[in-house]
Amino acid sequence: MAIADVKDYTHLTNEEVEELGRELDAIRAEIEDSRGDDDAAYIYRMIRIQRRLAVAGRATLFASSFPPAWVVGTAMLGVAKILENMEIGHNTMHGQWDWMNDPEVHSSTWEWDTAQPAEQWKHSHNYIHHQFTNVLGYDNDIGYGILRMAREQKWHPVNLGQPVYNALLATLFQWGVALHDLDLEAIRKREKDPKVMKKQLRQIGRKIRRQIGKDYLLFPLLTGPQLVSTLTANATANLMRNLWSYMIIFCGHFPDGAMHFTEEEIEDETRAEWYLRQMLGSANFEGGPLLHVMSGNLGYQIEHHLFPDLPSNRYSEIAVKVRALCAKYDLPYTTGPLHKQYGQALRTITKLALPNTWTSSDGPEPPAPIDRGRRGDDSRPIRRLETGNFTAHATA
Amino acid sequence: MAVLEHLTWEGARKVGARLTTPLLPDDYLRLINPLWTTRELRGSIEEVIPETEDAATVVIRPGWGWSYEHHPGQYIGIGIQVKGKFHWRSYSVSSPPARTGRSIAITVRAMPEGFLSEHLVSGVAPGTIVRLALPAGDFVLPNPPPAKVLFLVGGSGITPVMAMLRTLDRRGTMPDAVLAYSSPTKERMIFRSELLAFSDRHPRLTLHERHTDLDGVMALDELDTLCPDWRERETWACGPGPMLDAAEEFWERAGLEKQLHLERFSLNFQGDGGEGGTITFLNSGKVAEVDGATTVLEAGENAGVGMPYGCRAGICHTCTLTLVSGKVRDLRNGDEFSDPNENVQTCITVPVGDCVLNI
Repeated sequence: MAIADVKDYTHLTNEEVEELGRELDAIRAEIEDSRGDDDAAYIYRMIRIQRRLAVAGRATLFASSFPPAWVVGTAMLGVAKILENMEIGHNTMHGQWDWMNDPEVHSSTWEWDTAQPAEQWKHSHNYIHHQFTNVLGYDNDIGYGILRMAREQKWHPVNLGQPVYNALLATLFQWGVALHDLDLEAIRKREKDPKVMKKQLRQIGRKIRRQIGKDYLLFPLLTGPQLVSTLTANATANLMRNLWSYMIIFCGHFPDGAMHFTEEEIEDETRAEWYLRQMLGSANFEGGPLLHVMSGNLGYQIEHHLFPDLPSNRYSEIAVKVRALCAKYDLPYTTGPLHKQYGQALRTITKLALPNTWTSSDGPEPPAPIDRGRRGDDSRPIRRLETGNFTAHATA
Repeated sequence: MAVLEHLTWEGARKVGARLTTPLLPDDYLRLINPLWTTRELRGSIEEVIPETEDAATVVIRPGWGWSYEHHPGQYIGIGIQVKGKFHWRSYSVSSPPARTGRSIAITVRAMPEGFLSEHLVSGVAPGTIVRLALPAGDFVLPNPPPAKVLFLVGGSGITPVMAMLRTLDRRGTMPDAVLAYSSPTKERMIFRSELLAFSDRHPRLTLHERHTDLDGVMALDELDTLCPDWRERETWACGPGPMLDAAEEFWERAGLEKQLHLERFSLNFQGDGGEGGTITFLNSGKVAEVDGATTVLEAGENAGVGMPYGCRAGICHTCTLTLVSGKVRDLRNGDEFSDPNENVQTCITVPVGDCVLNI
């Protein structure tokens, strides 16, 4: 069941929620004040490693008809693509490195190595998903308009094919992400402005041409007689990145502990309540430092959703503090090993292919909401700041 | 071969970019040599030469895309990363221009309140990569120079004048020139020995040293004894703000303000302010209500937007952003920009009514 009021669900008083918000603000301020040389060195090192890997992978594939070279080259290229998309691209576009005032590593100029144009990603992900996280009817990331991921979403016989759609989404994840900001749901309901759609499609088309040109035309041709083996290597590297990023992203909001919300929750949500919703709607996974780097530190999904624009290399230390806060306020902190978290997401996908009456819910059951009445306009506090509010300008 | 004839640098770069998309070939080349990129102007610190106990000449080797043909007297922007963050300042080039150069030099005095100058003078290691902005500024000496020249200099204001004197020395075009140079003490006088050598070599160059700790600050009416024909001279003045204010007033009173060239290291906004308005920052959705005197850059910074910035004086274009809608006014000259998706320099513009910026 989706939650209409996080305060009721957590049984915290208004004052306790606001106090929690202040403590989280303090964590943010502390990290902001302590950003410095080490953090800058971290992202520059990451970029250096990623670019060297990409060059080494592409170079090795000039011998791609030799099977060991194919394997090594593909692996290096795949890892480079994963690093670029996750730890570097995703995080830079969130503005995590804007504080360095380096125009080469800045959210306003970064373009990533995937079919989705950065400008559209910043809208559909940074704004829509991070502002309206797990709110039914607002957050397209609940199933991406393809999968039924919450019991509140109405079942339709077409959902029976979910395991297949899921496999397709995982394989073709790059292309699914490319269509992210088009908002398939809105197009289906004919609510989409055709002008905006045309512009977006043009942008996507241009990006796709360049991406395909590089991976499936120019580099294979350059390797001459090894054309076919380079082509399969590049396709495999892209597939590696697709499967990996799909899995990491599905572990962010679909394991059992992550909750959904109804639009009543965001009606007059305060900044502190927004924090609370991010904590309840996200799920972490556990692992070593290498796993966290390879997943763009999204194993710290809760911390990332609380502070989307703080540098990712700091999430591990933030996590210690956030976890302590969860214990102090008796709040759930959803985490587990990667295989368990993904297993739960996969089970939900399969279960929700069927009507609700055939299956049972695995999520925690929230209590019935207590009606405390609505706040007046004057007492309605300022909404979130980090993700802001987009206008039609973004896409028109 | 016909193909090779058409092979240009730009063409090769374009083809390369198809392979490196979404990055540029530069992003990979700079892994080999940090200066092999034209994405941003860069330089590498070659040497820091102490001039006095609190001033040093910083020799920089610029990377690709640099032009060595600056006019003597111009300044460059330099961005240095301190504690992970790029800070920008402008400094006069003290080396003379060259058609084919290898390095440029700026001379910097560590200011008590200026942590960047302090960092440059004492803390910057050779090999450090800095960002650069191309030479700019109107405080320049024409070529050929006027027949009679007066240089009025206070403290580190000597740097642009030094570039001029070195140029005149090298070209052998030293006019009848008087240099009135004030500094607190003999020891703190930057370039003193080189200037003494210049005045030995060039009989037409007269050097008047003034050590203000001993002799007090020079009053401008002393010029009548020091350089009685100052009214006939084209004057270049560079130094602390109060000195320049006094000079401006003095020359105006003599009705000779057209003969006075000034270099200030702070912005002097001549244009009208804007009307103010609400600025919306698109990507973050943050909103700032500002008056007509607050620049778009300051407004963004106050609202907590990660605004890019550089020289903060309208020179380096680091702060340029796309104005999605609305109108802004250039504080320096009152020019207005209101075309949708026009690029504007945020550090010298103020909103005229509501506007939206793409950041």
